[in-house]
Amino acid sequence: MKLTLKIWRQKNAKNKGKIVEYPIDGISPDMSFLEMLDVLNQKLITAGEDPVAFDHDCREGICGSCSLYINGEAHGPDRRVTTCQLHMRKFKDGDTIFIEPFRANSFPVIKDLIVDRSAFDRIQHAGGFISVNTSGNTQDGNAIPISKHAADEAMDAATCIGCGACVATCKNSSAMLFVGAKVSQYALLPQGQVEATDRVQNMVAQMDLEGFGNCTNTGACEVECPKGISLENIARMNRELIKANLKG
Amino acid sequence: MSGFLKSSIGRKIAMALSAFFLMFFILQHFAINILSVFNPDAFNEVSHFMGTNPLVQFVLQPILIFGVVFHFVMGFVLEFKNRASRSVSYAVNNGSANSTWMSRNMIYSGGFILIFLVIHFIDFWIPELNVKYFVGDTSGLLADGSDYRYFEELQHKFVPLWRVTLYCIGFIFLALHLLHGFNSAFQSVGGNNKYTKSLNNIGKAYAVLIPLGFIVIALFHFFNNSH
Amino acid sequence: MALDSKIPKGPLSDKWTTHKNNINLVNPANKRNIDVIVVGTGLAGGSAAATLAELGYNVKAFCFQDSPRRAHSIAAQGGINAAKNYQGDGDSTYRLFYDTVKGGDYRSREANVYRLAEVSTNIIDQCVAQGVPFARDYGGLLDNRSFGGVLVSRTFYAKGQTGQQLLLGAYSAMNRQIGRGKIKMYNRHEMLDVVIIDGKARGIITRNLVTGEIERHSGHAVVLGSGGYGNVFYLSTNAMGSNVTAAWKAHKRGAYFANPCYTQIHPTCIPVSGDHQSKLTLMSESLRNDGRIWVPKKLEDAKAIQNKTLKPTAIAEEDRDYFLERRYPAFGNLVPRDVASRAAKERCDAGFGVNATGEAVFLDFASAIIRYGKEQAHVKGLNENDENLVKSLGKEIVKSKYGNLFQMYEKIVDENPYETPMMIYPAVHYTMGGIWVDYNLQTTVPGLYAIGEANFSDHGANRLGASALMQGLADGYFVLPYTIGNYLSDDIRTGPISTESKEFEEAEKNVRQQIDKFINNKGTKPVDYFHKRLGKIMWNKCGMARNEKDLKEAIEEISALRKEFYKDVLVPGDADEFNEELAKAGRVADFLELGELFAKDALVREESAGGHFREEYQTAEGEAQRRKEFQFVSAWEYKGEPKDAQLHKEELVYENIEVKERSYK
Repeated sequence: MKLTLKIWRQKNAKNKGKIVEYPIDGISPDMSFLEMLDVLNQKLITAGEDPVAFDHDCREGICGSCSLYINGEAHGPDRRVTTCQLHMRKFKDGDTIFIEPFRANSFPVIKDLIVDRSAFDRIQHAGGFISVNTSGNTQDGNAIPISKHAADEAMDAATCIGCGACVATCKNSSAMLFVGAKVSQYALLPQGQVEATDRVQNMVAQMDLEGFGNCTNTGACEVECPKGISLENIARMNRELIKANLKG
Repeated sequence: MSGFLKSSIGRKIAMALSAFFLMFFILQHFAINILSVFNPDAFNEVSHFMGTNPLVQFVLQPILIFGVVFHFVMGFVLEFKNRASRSVSYAVNNGSANSTWMSRNMIYSGGFILIFLVIHFIDFWIPELNVKYFVGDTSGLLADGSDYRYFEELQHKFVPLWRVTLYCIGFIFLALHLLHGFNSAFQSVGGNNKYTKSLNNIGKAYAVLIPLGFIVIALFHFFNNSH
Repeated sequence: MALDSKIPKGPLSDKWTTHKNNINLVNPANKRNIDVIVVGTGLAGGSAAATLAELGYNVKAFCFQDSPRRAHSIAAQGGINAAKNYQGDGDSTYRLFYDTVKGGDYRSREANVYRLAEVSTNIIDQCVAQGVPFARDYGGLLDNRSFGGVLVSRTFYAKGQTGQQLLLGAYSAMNRQIGRGKIKMYNRHEMLDVVIIDGKARGIITRNLVTGEIERHSGHAVVLGSGGYGNVFYLSTNAMGSNVTAAWKAHKRGAYFANPCYTQIHPTCIPVSGDHQSKLTLMSESLRNDGRIWVPKKLEDAKAIQNKTLKPTAIAEEDRDYFLERRYPAFGNLVPRDVASRAAKERCDAGFGVNATGEAVFLDFASAIIRYGKEQAHVKGLNENDENLVKSLGKEIVKSKYGNLFQMYEKIVDENPYETPMMIYPAVHYTMGGIWVDYNLQTTVPGLYAIGEANFSDHGANRLGASALMQGLADGYFVLPYTIGNYLSDDIRTGPISTESKEFEEAEKNVRQQIDKFINNKGTKPVDYFHKRLGKIMWNKCGMARNEKDLKEAIEEISALRKEFYKDVLVPGDADEFNEELAKAGRVADFLELGELFAKDALVREESAGGHFREEYQTAEGEAQRRKEFQFVSAWEYKGEPKDAQLHKEELVYENIEVKERSYK
């Protein structure tokens, strides 16, 4: 396959970036998208140029490192995959592919296609946990039965990999799918009830502090989410926040 | 509570609550107006009641005005803030791949509705205020006193083609706004779970049928009266 | 220095309790004055950092990823073992201990493994309390599945994402402590050296991967939870960034490296598709619960499949060789990983491979689909003989169990595994070897600890499925936080450690020198070029089967490659910026040393055990031949060049378990 890549290049956070065009040839349809970028980088290095920086690690769709806004979509045109699992067979010979970083003011660019997603970490510091110390003497795992339905729903919310595609794809750069998923996981489990009020208030407050936009329910995040996290989680977070405020 | 209104989700919920109120208002506004098609007398009666009842005029009307203003102001504030949260925009963004046009352009459909509302107010509401509170005529009767004036005034307004066209376009934008807005409001207040899937269709029906009904009313008077 | 494993006296089942009762503690007020450095934030490092902070120590945690949540523990799919015996199928602490020692081919330390089995149940309780959404049955109780090498169901799981959920649990515990200020988190930081002062580990040198800044960090103890070194093979199921650097630098500073040759080659991975391949993807071992592994019986069928002129579904039942079921009737498709991998290699080497490269076997779900489908039809009172109905019902069940894995397979290979059998092949997955530690998880350097995959302790020569998560969390939550207190109790009056000492200076200088060397080296080949070549040598000569000649060649080749690397590597960019190539160069430099030690260790170990198979030492039936005289841990001391490393032996004593021929027949 022969392709034209249009890639966002930006030396560091302070510099202004721009789109640079790279023609590339000899791409196999069985390559993953990142392997295609590997090929480009090996060429750039040998030619004495700076390789394109992009985040990646596990390359099996679970660590949430990889990002990229490909032809106007987070993680590219395929559904339910991260960029590392997107394969070149989804493109046609001769295609022009735009590759940009995930954009939001809360995700500042570090270099080229790499952005700083530590805002997500800070939201979790604010309340993304259950306050239980490690003792080895917590009660038995089966002491509180949890209905299969609730456990499954909590699991569905918990599959979020924190990649930030929801923010990147949202026209408002809203992080509510991410926060909603975390709030939901704990809200659905009995263990999470004790701190439910503080958790949702603190996490939402931190989310706002980080400068994410406001959800307008376009549903784009749910479509682009590589793990298919449902919009129901945002609704659940909204309910939790209403509940928390009514309790005071 | 003021803290709640400062939070992103609090504002979102407030938007939804004002939307519910406005959607309810539109429903009753439609119910009254459709009477003008079937029964001009009943239309006159109800219009007179609404126009002169102190509860409606001095309690509900201010609330409505507040709801409208709040919905618009908050809508613009949020849009402004949301846009500011991404200062470098994408070179290529394929929005249609993951969301509807309506959901992405609420600010435009809403903006057009605002323009429509201003015209609508100039057409109906301001003359109404003038007659009742500046001229001081609360009888609701025509100049010759033969009948209520409401139906005739309504008919009169829908004579010019330009106004009918403008109203129809306004209603189309209302439909676009509601196609996303109805369900969005439910989502915002947390009403999205497996029990509420049927709401989706109710929302769509509401969003299409109510504006369509308004269009029917406008066209009915246009064709019936002037031609 | 003689190796002292510091195993407590007394009966096996009392050792841990006795030990805990007798070790020194640090009082809460003093813990506030003690700093602990934790390198790596996977299951081991993350859980240790969180627990140490809960106890009151000041923790500094480091990870090279952009968030602790991305550590590669997250990729573990299948589950975590615990001797809960919720299924009432005869499980017990002893049985988990026994299975683990036997699974490790009698090359692990009894006391450590018993302790692991003992605390395994605490892990489940702790994780449930943290909000880990383990799978549950309809009664609301925790569900289990079975894994390779055992006869009970003791594996707890969270869909196919158990590692992810457990890591997010540990991460959430860390978050709580980061929020409280008890953990100071350093993301995108790579450890490049350990600082030893007066014979004790007192700090580390790191590079900020964003700014390139070289930093000094001091602490009263250093804990390495930096994972395994499977990436020495270039292609493995490890993450791209997984590396041996932290462990190797520790080794160079005096920590012995144990059993480097014990590598786990996982039988169920997606086969290599071409030269562009950057990493391999694992398909969970849990698939072997329901999938049957086979190749064609006839060579001509295999050839036809390789040429794509024959469809696998067209091969009649009697022309299929379910080789695991044939060779190991008792355990069938659920034999341990090393056995399953070698059997697949044996068939492919004989020419029966089923993809274009001839290096793949089938993993077939057709009979499971029928079996589940009939069961469902029966439950629902439908016609059990309606083939289409049975198939579609069966597919639903299989989907609910392995849906995400099937979807992943389809995305990568572009074939529908519900309709045609999956193709799988073994791939490097886990390294049992690692830094040598005693019972307290302390390395041969006082104050330097190694936990999780980074150490060597619990899995012997082969790790059982669903035991890696167990070990990582056991070390981090329940073992290290106790044992480290014993060491730190001597440090309550030490006060803060200065980073201005000559030892810090020297270590920083070393680090800077290496970086400058790479940046200023005007070579011609990118880092990956050398890494790929190293990987080829490792896979071909130190892979699933090894022999003396190959290993000797490997040592020479790796040594030569290392020289070439230093001469000809090309690292673009500068030192004081985000520079992934520079980071990679440092990692590959260490792999190039480790690889050589790996081959040397494999050469010295003249026996077959677990993941280490020496062709010279096999039974007449081609099974691994263990030798009594090799019942020891090889702990290597750094002496300059890897081939000069000095061997220290820790004899393994089995008092509570009879060392038998490891049979799964």
